[in-house]
Amino acid sequence: MSAAAPKPDVAQPVGRGLWSDALRRLRRNRAAMTSLVLLGLLVLAVTVGPLLSPHAFDGSDWDAILLAPTLAGGHWFGTDFLGRDLLVRTLHGGRISLLVGLSATLVSLLIGVAWGATAGYVGGRIDAFMMRVVDILYALPFMFFVILLMVFFGRNIFLIFIAVGAVNWLDMARIVRGQTLSLREREFVLAAKAYGAPGWRIIAKHIVPNLLGVVVVYVTLTIPQVILVESFLSFLGLGVQEPFTSWGALVNDGAQQMEAGPWLLIFPGLFLALTLFCFNFLGDGLRDALDPKDR
Amino acid sequence: MSMLAYTLRRFLGAWPTLLVLVTLSFFLVRAAPGGPFDAEKNLPPEIEANLAAKYHLDEPLWQQYLRYLGDLARGDLGPSFKYADYTVNELIAQGFPVSLRLGLAAMAVALLIGLPAGMLAALRQNRPLDHLSMAAAMTGISVPGFVVAPLLILVFAVHLGWLPAGGLDGGLRAWVLPVTALALPLLAYIARLTRASLIEVWRSPFIRTARAKGLPVGLILIRHALKPTLLPVVSFLGPALAGVITGSVVIEAIFGIPGLGRYFVQGALNRDYTLVMGVVVFYGALIIAFNFLVDLLYALLDPRVRYGA
Repeated sequence: MSAAAPKPDVAQPVGRGLWSDALRRLRRNRAAMTSLVLLGLLVLAVTVGPLLSPHAFDGSDWDAILLAPTLAGGHWFGTDFLGRDLLVRTLHGGRISLLVGLSATLVSLLIGVAWGATAGYVGGRIDAFMMRVVDILYALPFMFFVILLMVFFGRNIFLIFIAVGAVNWLDMARIVRGQTLSLREREFVLAAKAYGAPGWRIIAKHIVPNLLGVVVVYVTLTIPQVILVESFLSFLGLGVQEPFTSWGALVNDGAQQMEAGPWLLIFPGLFLALTLFCFNFLGDGLRDALDPKDR
Repeated sequence: MSMLAYTLRRFLGAWPTLLVLVTLSFFLVRAAPGGPFDAEKNLPPEIEANLAAKYHLDEPLWQQYLRYLGDLARGDLGPSFKYADYTVNELIAQGFPVSLRLGLAAMAVALLIGLPAGMLAALRQNRPLDHLSMAAAMTGISVPGFVVAPLLILVFAVHLGWLPAGGLDGGLRAWVLPVTALALPLLAYIARLTRASLIEVWRSPFIRTARAKGLPVGLILIRHALKPTLLPVVSFLGPALAGVITGSVVIEAIFGIPGLGRYFVQGALNRDYTLVMGVVVFYGALIIAFNFLVDLLYALLDPRVRYGA
């Protein structure tokens, strides 16, 4: 709109697009908004927290071995059997857990959207074949393959990203394909076809942007799953390696020493559970907000 | 499509999955750097050659693969590399019954509590009872089993001393904590699924008709609403089994239960190729077979499935 255009006197009707509607509904969802705020604080804490603390995540305080949590002594969450500050380790472990969660979700997002959108758009035999592949992979006990990967190819953190991401794209591919099937019959796709846009361009410019709602919901629900898988691996001693740590690794350490120092189990477990809790609530809230059935 | 044709189609469809499973685990394990006997002290080359010959590790890979397939067809998973006196079949026969009992008990608990809880929440939608049970369910989903299990031990075994902390020697009491830890996430999922499903079913016209007729709520629930409500729960049973199996790996480790999950983790850490492959193939086949049964059950409950596909 050019600046010179005269402003009409009538009040502009407030846009009732998908996103503005969704945002309004999300704002009304107290659990989801609380989760959003908590997650924001958490991200802030794990990025900035370790920098502000006087303790290093791998530094030992030999005068404070297995110290119970105190506000006075400088170790708010206590220390572990090597005298390492649990607060810093929990925040540092949170960095890795969240990082793994985000990057592995990104991997699964890329594979899943590309696979599902292609299958749904192309259709026919190629679609049938691609979805058959998904069906077959779906029935495999993937957790076992991930464990095998970790054991045989070393405990490399990038391998965790890839392994976990490669496992989690199946659901995404199915959901995206289902949406694409209905999208490809719409007029705007026909219009794009009519002026000769190539298939990949229609997928990238017209199909994928319209999938965003579903994808956002699903990403929010995938992140906690991925964090859980990483924690699971770390708990079995197959995840990140000392001196680095993640919430799963910390819970594992804590579980082994919980009789001597229950705080070693409780604090990392609390952070892990709270994070998963928030992501799940946020995902639920987003789904309710973006679900067109509700209108 | 008749039920028979549908069954046949599903049955045939399960085999490629099984083949992919076997092939993938075979080549994944073989592609791994390091051999099964690396941990031994420096072996003389002759002995190493003998060992390799005994386990057919000196043959070309494709020949080993075909041999493995042939053995599998006869139900033979081969000898264990680490437990020299045992075959993989024997190890699975030892560990699996324990894991099976644990898994079945957890599934039963999850269904017996999760289904009624979900229905109750649905019938009291947006009331305090609903919010309470759904918050509890969300907690069950968000707090992983390996956090719950040590906490349960800490509270009920260490502090209160009511229940044994591990092993299976305490009789029935020894099962309480592991089954609880394994069942909680499952229970939470089932409750949420049931609630969402019943809420949707409860809005349908045929329920409205039943209520307009003045039927009591309990009767409507059992005679009209139960079957359609159970559909999503039935289709969740397949993934649920996979979840119980992976979950029990951790639970068995924490509680020191001599199940198959422990063999798997130890086998993986020991690079016991045949044992690890055996467990993966066994569990994979189990999940595939179970999914097949779930598909059939689903088609029985909902005939539309048979015609739609």
